[in-house]
Amino acid sequence: MPRLSAKSATLLVLAALIAVTPFFFPSGYYYRVGALIFVNGLAVTGIVILTGYAGQISLGHAGFAGIGGYACALAPTHLGLHPSLAVVLGAVISGVLAYLVGRPILRLKGYYLAVATLGFGILVAMVLNNERQLTGGPDGIAVPELGLRGLLKDWGLDLTNGQFWYFFCGIVLLIGAWIALNLYQSPSGRALRALHGSEIAAGTVGIDVARVKLQAFVISAVYASVAGSLVALQNKFITPDVAGFMHSIEMVTMAVLGGAGSVLGAIFGAGILTLLPQVLTVFAEYEQLVLGLVMMLVMIFLREGLLPSVLRKLRGRGE
Amino acid sequence: MSELLQFLFSGLTVGAVYALVALGFTIIYNASDVVNFAQGEFVMLGGMVTWFAHAAGLPLPLAALVAILATAALGVAINKLAIEPARGAPVVSLIIITIGASVFLQGAAQLVFDKQIHSFPAFSGDTPLRIGGATIQPQSLWVIGGALVVFAGLWLFFTRTLLGRAVLATSNNRLAAQLVGINTNFVMTLSFALSAGIGALAGVLATPITLTAYSVGIGFALKGFAGAMLGGMGNPKGALAGGFLIGLIEALTAGYLSSTYKEAAAFVVILLVLFFMPQGLFGRKSTERV
Repeated sequence: MPRLSAKSATLLVLAALIAVTPFFFPSGYYYRVGALIFVNGLAVTGIVILTGYAGQISLGHAGFAGIGGYACALAPTHLGLHPSLAVVLGAVISGVLAYLVGRPILRLKGYYLAVATLGFGILVAMVLNNERQLTGGPDGIAVPELGLRGLLKDWGLDLTNGQFWYFFCGIVLLIGAWIALNLYQSPSGRALRALHGSEIAAGTVGIDVARVKLQAFVISAVYASVAGSLVALQNKFITPDVAGFMHSIEMVTMAVLGGAGSVLGAIFGAGILTLLPQVLTVFAEYEQLVLGLVMMLVMIFLREGLLPSVLRKLRGRGE
Repeated sequence: MSELLQFLFSGLTVGAVYALVALGFTIIYNASDVVNFAQGEFVMLGGMVTWFAHAAGLPLPLAALVAILATAALGVAINKLAIEPARGAPVVSLIIITIGASVFLQGAAQLVFDKQIHSFPAFSGDTPLRIGGATIQPQSLWVIGGALVVFAGLWLFFTRTLLGRAVLATSNNRLAAQLVGINTNFVMTLSFALSAGIGALAGVLATPITLTAYSVGIGFALKGFAGAMLGGMGNPKGALAGGFLIGLIEALTAGYLSSTYKEAAAFVVILLVLFFMPQGLFGRKSTERV
């Protein structure tokens, strides 16, 4: 039997999980949880490209999620755009902002991107909180209906709201994972992984290090933006928390917990940290404590992340 | 004119706090090449522990001492438990570890203390002093004086004492320092204790003016880092000047542009510095050995 490529295997596992899990749902509520996992998984897939592939870190990606979310809230009412086009508009704005912010910073290394993105995220959250007339301030703002579910119903496919968002977000996640996996194998992806190993070595063999890093940063910003849009459209409501510092930290923690170097691992991490508050109701109180602890422990003991470490153990035993 | 003077006073006050945070960054960065994102949490702990101990009945000076010592011990613990075990890890891992420590300390402070905003009385009363048509709180003088005294103390320590020179030697070349008999592990411990203690002192001095809560740390970290970077990463003189400058820029932004977006000033400075002079005001161009 020919061995499956890692790419097809990942996509197959993911598609199977999305298709099969609903058969085990005790109630309709779990469609919502599933959809949330997929949306977080999408954002975290962007982190995989930035952190796992390129070895850079952003502490402000929630800012892009905020831009994507608020684009869906504001563009339909103020610009008359259809919500689906608002998603695109949000992604474009996020991409352009990432380009403008990233261009000066990514020439430098390590800490500078972390600090600049941290500041960027805080700035976005601040604007969303303070521009009450436009954004509704800390109370949040309503987001119009996407309208796709109604369209599907006209075509004879009648889904509940939960089911629709579960499968819709699942499909978007699959597309996102597919793009990320293709990128991994492309020349750009190889360049990213090369500079993860050593920026100087990558530069020596002719890779335009700053440009490649910038590409990764812009792409991951678009992922976060689309994820933010999907959350807003699904909840039909959004608050500035989506752009908050803790949301950025959640994204990074999900990625490193599951394994920032692997798409499937990172989505797995998103799954764990999304489910945790659902299972443990006291979790909210301990959230920061747990996230901080997870970040430190994973980086000290399981630097590759949970899934890759476990897979390696299993493989080692099999051979 | 008196308006400008007023803005300058408030800028120097917050600037002194940022300068202390920036000095804390600098000490750890020099000793270990780690940028410790938990630096702002030390400021938070300085304020919160003092408030807590004071509320529990300790006199204020004693409460402040407890807070500084406890925070210094915590700094050492962070180094031993989280940073030493990851020695040689890529920069991204170290960033995640220190940010993790920062988030962890915030979470712990929420549980151990509470989520309210706290303060304690100013050290020398609340009667403002009038200088040139503007007023300044006596506590501001405490903060500004504190930053200057700490800077002078560090300068003496690093240039005039054997131990201070051992720290400098370690930051220059760890292996060579070990070869001439310097206990580099102790130097690391000392650096974290010193840095955390200075952060806590900043929290103690500033809380009567800026108030404190479990969540204030990250803002101090961001602005302290902006100050350290503006001055030139790793340069104590630069950290002091950069911290004060960030405070002044913030106060002038609040006074003349928008008080809502004064927080954005530090971020804009970070971007401008990165754009035009990544080595900062006093820094040298850094190169990396391969």
